[in-house]
Order: sequence, then structure tokens, then C-alpha cells
Amino acid sequence: MKKSDIRSVAAIGIGTALFILLTLAAIPVGFIPNTQLQTRVAFLTFMSAIFGPVVGGAIGFLGHAIADASFYGGVWWSWVIPEGVYGIIIGIFALKFKIEDGGFGLKETVLFNIAQVVANIIAWIVIAPILDIVIYAEPANKVFAQGATSALLNIITVAIIGTILTKAYSKVKSKTSSLSVED
Amino acid sequence: MAKLLTYSEKNTWIHRLCGVTKLIFFILWSVVGMVTYDTRVLGVMLLLSLILFKMSKTDYRQVATIVKVVGFFLLINVIAIYAFSPGQGTKIYNCRTVIFHIIGPYDITKEQLFYEFNVILKYFTVVPIALMFILTTNPSEFAASLNKLGIKYTIGYSIAIALRYIPDVQNDFNEIKLAQEARGIDMSVKVSLPTRLKSMFAIIFPLIFSSLERIDTVSNAMELRGFGKNKRRTWYSEKKFSKSDYLSIIFVILSSVIAIIITFYDGNRFYNPF
Repeated sequence: MKKSDIRSVAAIGIGTALFILLTLAAIPVGFIPNTQLQTRVAFLTFMSAIFGPVVGGAIGFLGHAIADASFYGGVWWSWVIPEGVYGIIIGIFALKFKIEDGGFGLKETVLFNIAQVVANIIAWIVIAPILDIVIYAEPANKVFAQGATSALLNIITVAIIGTILTKAYSKVKSKTSSLSVED
Repeated sequence: MAKLLTYSEKNTWIHRLCGVTKLIFFILWSVVGMVTYDTRVLGVMLLLSLILFKMSKTDYRQVATIVKVVGFFLLINVIAIYAFSPGQGTKIYNCRTVIFHIIGPYDITKEQLFYEFNVILKYFTVVPIALMFILTTNPSEFAASLNKLGIKYTIGYSIAIALRYIPDVQNDFNEIKLAQEARGIDMSVKVSLPTRLKSMFAIIFPLIFSSLERIDTVSNAMELRGFGKNKRRTWYSEKKFSKSDYLSIIFVILSSVIAIIITFYDGNRFYNPF
């Protein structure tokens, strides 16, 4: 097993733990049930952008499932699965963000935000409502309104907290370009 | 910070079951709960889950807050369903019995009431089992038993790390919060919401960065101990399958099949009394 694989195992574990706890650091919006400004989404985006699709998907899926079970006493699979998909989509672009190399500049910031908007739309306006309709036979207009609201709130949360967080972390990491390979 | 629901040690037959048995039970139970909309099936499931919950000797006090939270969430959800689609019940059951009229399209119909009653029932059939699963399963034993299902041990190990580190990360959170408060950050209701939001960042950012360092520390320690060198590993808290494990699994598989057959016997997943 490679060093990076071991790091992924640890990242999934501790990332999931933190994701679960950040559930408590959410700001309820109130007018549509179960929709909040969730700091944990910003954290998930950040982790997926650093560690890639496997870690991102696993943290989203496991974190959401365990948090649901231990805070709400039930697992709403129709919202757990999209969270995993969201992590995977962000993670696919991980190498492009160059976060660990300290290269998270303007171009990467734009790409990061385009990726998060697309991922949020796919996860919350496409997958989650469809699962809600299939599993719970809830009215279509209600679940799409719910999905659109949480997508919008997540996009705002990630655009602000996620971007600041990722930029701050990337700054701490040294630029790879500061060293050159010797012949 | 709110208290997280965690494993509490007791000695009942449910506690003694393998983690994997309880996982299979929980997954099948929630899948059947998701598929069926048959009132009779849901009713029986709810009754059974309450009996099992009673058998696990869980104090109601332990879960009272969560039950209230779920209840509140469901209440809003049911109201929202009605607000968005007062005719959903009519659409499903293909008939319309108006009890009384409120305003515009908002009639109270028997079908809508029955549909919303089923929504509530559907949520509540899973709650006792989920609570029981969390309260009666030892996390380390659970991680060990995932391996038995043929799931790669790296995944089981990730889950074990997650459950193991929740209290530690929570401690970090409290320490950082106290430190920031000592520096003059106010998190109480006395300050405005934007200020509280900013204070939240002052806690979350150090928390996330210290967790990233923790990831490096933990993965270094794992590498030093040769994690992942072999295809298989042994587990300290592994349990052997007992007779009650087999019986529980057979029971849940049989009852799932019966529940699905009853549900789809009359053509679709809804039970139509109208």
C-alpha cells in the first residue's frame, strides 16, 4: 500500500469525524424544512479539492449518513447519496486546483467555483429531488423548491467559506515552482 | 455543543449481536421502509421496531431530544407538502373526498390526510431502528465486522477512525472556542448574527487546519506500523457469529420479502382503502 493510500484512509476517517461535528455549526434558514447554511459543505468541498474523488465521495456519503443517524435518528438516503456524488464531482478536478502545491491562484479560484456550482446543481436540483420522488413519493414542486433552495445556499456557503478556506490553506503550502530539478 | 448520540454499553441480546447483523438488519429495514407505502406494512414495522427498541433497554431520556427534533422536522415537512401540493393524495389514490374547504385550491381531503399520515408513518418506522443501531453497536466491533461482509478493511478502518476521533475533534473544538473567547470573541446571543458568524470562522478555521495536521500524524503512525502491508488483518474486537445472529438475519430477510410481497400484491406500492 502506497503512502498516499494510507493518507487517504486517515483523511476519510478524520474528515468524516469533522464533517459530522460541523453539522452543529450550521445556520438554519427556516422557511423551507431541512435547509441550512452548512459550513460542513464548505469543508467537504475543501477536502474533496485536496484529496480527490475517493476521499471526497466517502466523506460526503459516510459523514452525511452517520450525522443523520446520530442527530436525527434516521438516514435519509435521498440526501445522503447526492452528498457523496457532490464530493466525487469536486474531487475529479482535484489535480487541477494545485492546492497542495500552493498554486491556488485566480484561474484555480474560478475553476473551483464553476465546479462547485455545477456539482451543487447536479447533486441537489437533479439527484436529490428525483430520489425524494422515487423513494418518498413527495410532491415534485415541493422537492424541487427544497433542492433549489439548498443548492443556492450551498453555492453561497462554498463561494464564501470554501474559497477563503482553500486559499488560506494553499498559502501555507510552499510553491513547488520555488524549487527546480537539478540535473 | 450538543451531545452526539453514541454507543452505550448494556447487556441485552441486541447488544450481544454482531455489528454486521445489526447493519444488515438496519439496511434491509430502511430499504423496505423506503420502498413500501403500504399502511398495513408500515404499521406492523413500526410496532415491531418499537418492541425491539424496548428490548434494547434504551432509556427514553437518552433519545428524547432527538425524537423531538424529528417530530418538529416532520411537522414542518408535512405542512410544506400540503402547502406545495394539497392534491397529492388525490393524485395517488385516484379519488377525492372533501371534508371541508379552506381557501382557493386548499381543501382538506380524506386522501390528502391519509397520504400525509403515511409519510409520517414511513419516517417513524426507521427512527427506532436507527437509534437502536447507533446506541447498541460498539464502533470498533462494527468496523471489524464490516470486514466480514467482504468489504475491504481500509474502508472499515476509515469508519473506525471517524468514530474514534469524533470525541477528540469535539475536544479540539471546545478548546479553540475557549481560547478564542479568552481573546475576546463573543459567541453568545448578545452580539448580532454577522458578528457571531465571524466568530464561528475564528473557531472553524483553526479546527480544520489542526485536523489536517492530525491526518498527517495519524497516517505517519499507520505507515510506521505497517498498515496495508498485508491483504488481511486481524481485529481485536471481532465477534464470532452466534445462533441469534443467524436467526436475526433470517428473520429480517424473511420479513422483508413478506413485506414486499404484501406491498405489491395489489399492483402498486400504495395501500388504497378508498
